Amino acid sequence: MPTSPRQAPCPLLRRAGPAGPAGPAGPAGFARRAGFAAALLVALLGSSLAARPAAAEQLQVAVAANFLGTLQKLARSYAGTSGNTLSLSSGSTGQLYAQIRQGAPFDLFFAADTQRPQRLESQGLTVAGSRFTYAVGTLVLWSPHAATVDRRGRVLQRAAFRFLALADPRNAPYGAAAQQVLMRLGLWQRLNRDGKIVIGSNITQTWQFAASGNAQLGFVALSQVIGPGGRIGGSYWLPPQSLYQPIDQDAVILARTARRATAEAFEHWLRSSRAAAAIIRDAGYRTDSR
Amino acid sequence: MAGDDLIALAISLRLATVTTALLLVLCTPLAWWLGTGGSRWRVPVNAVVSLPLVLPPTVLGFYLLIFLGPQGPLGRLLHALGIGSPAFSFSGLVIGSMIYSLPFVVQPLRDAFEGVGARVLEVAATLRASPWDRFVSVGLPLASRGFLTAAVLAFAHTLGEFGVVLMIGGNIPGRTQTASIAIFNHAETLDYAAADRLSATLVGIAFVLLLAVYASTRGRGAQVRPWHWS
Repeated sequence: MPTSPRQAPCPLLRRAGPAGPAGPAGPAGFARRAGFAAALLVALLGSSLAARPAAAEQLQVAVAANFLGTLQKLARSYAGTSGNTLSLSSGSTGQLYAQIRQGAPFDLFFAADTQRPQRLESQGLTVAGSRFTYAVGTLVLWSPHAATVDRRGRVLQRAAFRFLALADPRNAPYGAAAQQVLMRLGLWQRLNRDGKIVIGSNITQTWQFAASGNAQLGFVALSQVIGPGGRIGGSYWLPPQSLYQPIDQDAVILARTARRATAEAFEHWLRSSRAAAAIIRDAGYRTDSR
Repeated sequence: MAGDDLIALAISLRLATVTTALLLVLCTPLAWWLGTGGSRWRVPVNAVVSLPLVLPPTVLGFYLLIFLGPQGPLGRLLHALGIGSPAFSFSGLVIGSMIYSLPFVVQPLRDAFEGVGARVLEVAATLRASPWDRFVSVGLPLASRGFLTAAVLAFAHTLGEFGVVLMIGGNIPGRTQTASIAIFNHAETLDYAAADRLSATLVGIAFVLLLAVYASTRGRGAQVRPWHWS
């Protein structure tokens, strides 16, 4: 017989003791811990429910990440004059385009190029005639250090730097423009061959490479480095427009909008208001194609 | 901190809570079968359960979006039933998060149930415990550590989620903009002060919650001693 009379009735399951450090073990302790978990759950849900935003009639706008800050300022100005508000969802132009094709509930789409709005137009997903160029981007070769970039851009020919950052030319308009500048100057092959080019997946990452000093200089958007009063910190070169295709940034009203009149009113304000033009220019864009 | 940021934080916490709760409920039967069953089907199912770890989150979100979209199979079915697509809503976030955090719940639970061991369950069966009774009275308490790990992993993983939530949610403030996306937005607009504040708050809340959970379950839990023929 395996069991001696002195052993506990069920030696197979032996707990750490009648009570562990966190309270009773066994079924009572389990229930206690489950109760605690449930209380935590209720507290979390309750606190988060309290933070519901008030419902308001407003335009849902999808905007390319590089224009988010400027559109926030425009939205504040517009709210002041018209009382209508904008809810901004930012992302990369490609990602927003994919989401819009899958039925994302946006009224307006501010892209960083003309290609994606044109595609949506040809697919019948936009309000006819609503596509317009809301801003023209300006490319700048920039470094946060005062001595790196000269006003003529000769630093590129001298190539005395370790890394030059630019955005991915395949999917970022500013990256494509940077590549065009380098090709026009006959430097693209040489810099690639010498391993001096580093590619950022988007213009923000490109700026981060340059701003952190990991790349000594980079081709970024003027809107990223221009400060109040039009001052630019560090050193920079503005390539002449003749070296690259204009970076037209187009917006469209989406066909699925339920707030078409409000969207058209905003578009009209954006194209005609002097306050809007001033905000866009101060942010480092041009408005000459409007 | 700005109102929008507080709302984003609330959405993140709500998403993590709902996802964790739903996953714990739905994955327990699956993990029980995987950990204590004898079927050969467990091998491929284990592999499928680990798949969400392999795909990059943005890719996962992208294909989920197509699946749920107006041309996708599930999207068309829901449209035919009169229900709108869950994409770009909180429900869509929950679906995406559940798929993304599935392996983090199933694997600890499965291993915990496996650790219970066939022996104990067989003994319970000889003492006339039904399969349900074996699960509730023997399996669950012995696997409680696994539940703790699964819950903590799912909660933390969902709080930090970015790619899936961005694709399937559409980054709509007040509806699908979570704290992680809001932090990214602040970084994109070069407002690093706001990004720092929100990050610190998110990490702080998560840390306090984890401390509370681990402190409350500090203990050696149940032990199983082998049967001795003495």
